[in-house]
Amino acid sequence: MTARLSILESDGKLVAGAKPSMTDSVLIEALRWMLMSRIYDERATALQRQGLYGVFSPAFGQEASVVGSAMALDPVRDWIVPQYRELMALVRHGYPLERLAAMGMGRVTEAARIPDGVNVLPNQVALATQLPHATGLAWGLKLQKKDSVVMTYVGDGGSSEGDFHEGLNLAGVQRAPVVFFLSNNQWAISTPRRVQSATPSFALRAAGYGFPGVEVDGNDVLAVYSAAGEAVQRARAGEGPTLIESVTYRMSFHNTTDNPSLYEDPKQRDDASRRDPIDRVVRYLTGRGLWDEERDKETRASVRAEVDAALEKAAAFPVVTPNQLFDHIYAELPERLRRQREELSSDRSQT
Amino acid sequence: MTQRNVLEAINSALDEEMSRDPRVMVLGLDVGKLGGVFRATSGLLEKHGAQRVVDTPLAEASIVGASLGLAISGMVPVAEIQFLGFTAQAFHQLGPQLGRYRARSRGRYHCQVTIRAPFGGGIHSPEFHSDAVEAQFVQSPGIKVVMPSNAYDAKGLLIEAIRDPDPVLYCEPDRLYRLGRMEVPDGAYTIPFGKAAIVREGDDITLVAWSAAVESCLLAAERLADEGISATVVDLRTLVPFDVETVVGAVAKTGRCVVVHEAPLSAGFGAEVAATLASEAFYDLDAPIARVTSWDVPYPAAPLEGWYLPSVERVVAAARETARD
Repeated sequence: MTARLSILESDGKLVAGAKPSMTDSVLIEALRWMLMSRIYDERATALQRQGLYGVFSPAFGQEASVVGSAMALDPVRDWIVPQYRELMALVRHGYPLERLAAMGMGRVTEAARIPDGVNVLPNQVALATQLPHATGLAWGLKLQKKDSVVMTYVGDGGSSEGDFHEGLNLAGVQRAPVVFFLSNNQWAISTPRRVQSATPSFALRAAGYGFPGVEVDGNDVLAVYSAAGEAVQRARAGEGPTLIESVTYRMSFHNTTDNPSLYEDPKQRDDASRRDPIDRVVRYLTGRGLWDEERDKETRASVRAEVDAALEKAAAFPVVTPNQLFDHIYAELPERLRRQREELSSDRSQT
Repeated sequence: MTQRNVLEAINSALDEEMSRDPRVMVLGLDVGKLGGVFRATSGLLEKHGAQRVVDTPLAEASIVGASLGLAISGMVPVAEIQFLGFTAQAFHQLGPQLGRYRARSRGRYHCQVTIRAPFGGGIHSPEFHSDAVEAQFVQSPGIKVVMPSNAYDAKGLLIEAIRDPDPVLYCEPDRLYRLGRMEVPDGAYTIPFGKAAIVREGDDITLVAWSAAVESCLLAAERLADEGISATVVDLRTLVPFDVETVVGAVAKTGRCVVVHEAPLSAGFGAEVAATLASEAFYDLDAPIARVTSWDVPYPAAPLEGWYLPSVERVVAAARETARD
């Protein structure tokens, strides 16, 4: 078994002998991102229930994993190759929240796409296919002698796919500057972690690919940031990939179509609540005199205002039009497709 | 002018594009020192170096998936899948990922990737090596499907593929690799996609084919000529884009058509050709459209492939029947 890296305990106290990996101001920034993630989850879920938002997968409970890993990156030169539950990592990396929200609301036009210069690839729901992409991207950046690092995300479920093996194996062979961040949230929809693999630790798998694997308390933002930072540094120094298993817990549902009461023992959720990634940072900062009820209230209010402003902007994004079906299929639309587009345009039922 | 066979034409296209554009790289199984199992990449490692001619792990999905990432990083990967039949183990990275990345990102990203894959029967290769699965990729929007039938086209279409900003599946007729040489110029030239070639003109019947089946059609046309049947042979060159105009034009002239391909009959691209002709050339047709294809059975063991593939004899017989008054 690998040892699980832990710096900040659930009670808000540092592990004996551990040093915080973030300065106070960086940790406060991390807390703000985590709060934004949670508040966005609440808002988007509520909007989905009103029919104003598409199927949504909250990061609830996994905020330290998402934020701690993203904060180890330099948005100017590093890249994120996401799965789909890392929304706030993308925002922190420069993908404006209102664009992501517009996508979620079905306004899937150019206006909502990843802006030029923002080093993020699109969300991926064909699980683990993003890992070979991340390996190729990192390999190509290295071939062009750029000092960039790629962070890519996968889950305990995605780790069972063949592309997990192929992506990590090739990355090891090419010593590609990539960090594989495996959020082990214990669930693949209703399938528990033990069904995915008999391995006692996903991090152990890295040994089979010839690079280090690290297990970290995924609800501890200081530990996640530390492990991710070290992996990014290794990659940037030309020492190749790292696999990080971030052990966390999905404290809500897989997505808005899911019903965990059919398969989840409520005790598991209660245990996870006691290990809440946000509460422990609040306790820690409070204990150090850097946080109080007033500051907490103010911060949550300002984050809520920011989220609401983004949602309001998103609701005003351009809506989809039928002809958009034929946009961005090829650089230049072949004749046969031009004719199909004309056929669609003359279909009066579309207007 | 230099005489080249199909393999030499492909090698020359790769070499010249790698010399022209430092972003172009070759990756796949055994493409380095060995030069590929058919030697299509011979000499490239020595000339262009190990950074740009890369032997990969034996894993098709990551060859294609990494090519997607390499393209986004700014490289221009030309990946080799050793045999088209092996794309089964990379299909999810090819159709749904490579083909859709431009659309998925609403145009933020595109994938300038060429996937080369030898395919087709008649060379007694082992199981899974000969499958003609090109139609699967016609059903994968976003991918262009290119099927050269001769050395001249092989070079021009491959250079076009490498320079195309979108992903191209370039299927190589392995049976024709070393069948003969023709004039293939030194230096770069391109053949545009979506332009079928009329490789033989005749008045009585139109044979439509692509890749190695074009050669079968040309042999059949010779035999038909001896019987007094004059055949046009249309080489589609690319299935996506599909040059409807040239096919409809040729069939309008002869009024009769046989479509020939190595893939199984049902839902092969021949069905698309026939359906398109039925809607766009219906009143020019003097006889039902015939298809000569492989059977709807798995690709057989080598001793049986002669009975499986669309032979010249079967093409001649179908053309004779279709051309009858």
